Amino acid sequence: MFESSSILVGLEIGTSKVCAVVGDLGDDGALNIVGLGQARSRGVRKGEIVGTAQAEEDVRQAIAEAEQMADVEIRSVYLGVTGGHVRGFNNRGVHPVVSADREISEEDVQDVIKNAKAINLSPQNHVIHAIRQHFLVDGQDGILNPVGLLGARVEVDVHVIHGNFNRLQNAIRTVKGLQLEVDDIVFTGLASSLAVLSNEQKELGALVIDLGGGTTEYIVYGNGIVKHTGVLAVGGDHLTNDLSYGLKVSLGRAEKLKIDHGCALVEEAVKGQTTALANEAGRPGKLINLEHLRRIMSLRLEEILQLVKQDLVRSGVFDYPRAGVFLCGGGARISKIEELARRVFQIPVSPGRTSSISGLTSALDQPEFAAPIGLVKFGSFQQRRRSRKHSFTGRVRDRLGQLFKWA
Amino acid sequence: MTLTETAPTPAPDPQATASIKVFGVGNAGLNVIEPLIRAALPGMDFIAVNPDPYSLTRSSAPQKLQLDTALLRGLGTGGDPERGHALAEEHADELKALCEGASTVFVVAGLGGGAGTGISPVLARVAKQAGALVLGFVVTPFRCERDRRASLAAQGLDELKAAADGVICLPNESIFKLIDPNTSLIDTFRLTNELLADGILGVWRLLTHGGLIEIHFEDLRTLIQDKHSESAFAVADAMGATRSREVAEKLLAHPMLENGQALEQADAVLISILGGPDLTMAEVNRVMEQIGGHCEQAQVIMGAAIDEAFRDRLSVTLIAARRKAEPQRMRQTDAAAEDLDAQLLDSTSNLRQPSKFVPPPPSVPPDQIRQFIEAQRPGASALQTKLPRLRQGQLPLQIVSKDRFEKTEPTIHKGEDLDVPTYIRRGIALN
Repeated sequence: MFESSSILVGLEIGTSKVCAVVGDLGDDGALNIVGLGQARSRGVRKGEIVGTAQAEEDVRQAIAEAEQMADVEIRSVYLGVTGGHVRGFNNRGVHPVVSADREISEEDVQDVIKNAKAINLSPQNHVIHAIRQHFLVDGQDGILNPVGLLGARVEVDVHVIHGNFNRLQNAIRTVKGLQLEVDDIVFTGLASSLAVLSNEQKELGALVIDLGGGTTEYIVYGNGIVKHTGVLAVGGDHLTNDLSYGLKVSLGRAEKLKIDHGCALVEEAVKGQTTALANEAGRPGKLINLEHLRRIMSLRLEEILQLVKQDLVRSGVFDYPRAGVFLCGGGARISKIEELARRVFQIPVSPGRTSSISGLTSALDQPEFAAPIGLVKFGSFQQRRRSRKHSFTGRVRDRLGQLFKWA
Repeated sequence: MTLTETAPTPAPDPQATASIKVFGVGNAGLNVIEPLIRAALPGMDFIAVNPDPYSLTRSSAPQKLQLDTALLRGLGTGGDPERGHALAEEHADELKALCEGASTVFVVAGLGGGAGTGISPVLARVAKQAGALVLGFVVTPFRCERDRRASLAAQGLDELKAAADGVICLPNESIFKLIDPNTSLIDTFRLTNELLADGILGVWRLLTHGGLIEIHFEDLRTLIQDKHSESAFAVADAMGATRSREVAEKLLAHPMLENGQALEQADAVLISILGGPDLTMAEVNRVMEQIGGHCEQAQVIMGAAIDEAFRDRLSVTLIAARRKAEPQRMRQTDAAAEDLDAQLLDSTSNLRQPSKFVPPPPSVPPDQIRQFIEAQRPGASALQTKLPRLRQGQLPLQIVSKDRFEKTEPTIHKGEDLDVPTYIRRGIALN
């Protein structure tokens, strides 16, 4: 009866794969990954569902696999959403302090947050997240909690991530069609950063880039808060497509070439080297020039990273990531991608590791599972917040739970 | 597209070859021109330009210009091209005065630092304003000097290319092919400097030694203009009876040409042969055949000249230029065509820099210009000829299929469709 509420499931319907991760939130608040299910995704392009029936089937398969592995019944999921329509921006809410003694009360804080979240967006847009940043009291920046301070005016910055309502609804509908509840929708870039970054790294400032199959999500932290988010609807699929076009091979072959021989840099040593494609009979067929292969990949990857960098520079957040760049998603597997990213960003680059969660080590080590693991982590934060809110009932429930355990 | 391109190219002024001014910019530039100054070539003036007074005192250039401002107090630019740029802008008038009277200005610099990277684009610009043909000779940093310098150098190179008529660029990294691992640091830098100096000498020779088959400024200009992302050059000398074969072999084995690979990838190749009065046609033929066999794709410009001092000797200078990617050149919309009219009507925009080689366009009264343009408009000609003109609609040219992304929403970033492979948008050729 109590166990079911501590099971958290993250579901990511990605462009290349559908992935479900099952986490178990222990009584002590420790998160443990107990199950993982995945299926090759067929109904998704650029992070958005284009074929409902296929996507539904893939989700079902992934969920079934995860259920089997974790030996639980999955009823609800935290759903990752992304796509070219998802955008992030910062908004500021203002609230005058009206009390006679000018002391900022809890109500003032609630009001200012409400004001900040009242965003003038067109009706087809839906706010996915409104993440609170710092408070300002009479223009003084960087206040974490203004309750009890004196001031005439309290302001708060929120980072708002929003997307097109209908396109977000597509993913939700697909999941609901499988008789699953959606606890919450989460921007996958945010989820990846939750999985990859430690609190110190968030405090120091970091950039997380999730190089996915159809999209590239990025998120910037500075002083412990989310400063900027963005999505680029360009990903690993584009690499495959470029290779298929440039080397004149089928998409399947191009995908295989990308995985077997892909590299983010064109090295001197590879010049003039070729590899033979096996034909249907298994005999060597067409010769593929490896230099061309890598040049095509390198140009595309560099462009993706440059576009991310340009966006950060334009938004004025390029100076925040001091802890470095963290790469995750399938694209982080490409060899030499860290070197290329280091050249572009000129700060340390490291692969994102989901080290702060215990559980299936083989799953945690893979960069492509950062987003679904982050979804589970997001769920655990929500769960904790909820239990804190209903602290009395929560406490009673905990006591009861312990009693039952002892019995 | 503009009037300047359609104007006929006149033969260069024979006097024009007389004055070449060579500017050494920054410490690297000064070092490169040092051996050339000592060689005392006729018709070449050397000017050293640097913010650092100490290196200027060491230079033996006859003319020196110290770019200084109260802010720097005689210190260098500190590796900051912005400072170099600002300094040069401040002294633009002095630089321009130095360029006066020169037909050709060579800007010799090392990119990646503060002085060379910042000053040379400004120098190139003012030299061009002074009416000279501007050629840049630059070295880019070693890879071990790390990315910051490399990116600064790349930026500087772009600026210089935009400002100068042509740039010949020698990547320092390519020197590794020439040296063995035991070469000392001093020798390595000496060798790079010598290589660049050789290139300058070669270009000087082919410009000054009016010969049997002459190469004009314009030839050189068309060769290196816009196509000089990676120019490779090589100079080879040989003596004796078998000199023609020897010189061709030496050239093809030259490390700068990557065993002839640079030739195969080149779009344009300039070959200048310099020999004594005993140079035979058969020899010229042999050299050309051996080299030409390696660059069948390229446009080859050839010249031959005679110098009394080169008796029994044969020297060949070769410049191979690889085409630079032309971004956005493929997209031409109707809007561009409309712009052209506006451009033609706007009498100030097509005023050209005064040049010694291209005469100014014939002076026509403004109302006559208007008349010409009016006559070229489609509507006007229809009126004149009284014939209905059928205008065929044009569909936008879509060369690249988007395969997998055919049915998805296109990802447009600043007018570029990101679904199209990057290498195609950048125009990078895979051969």
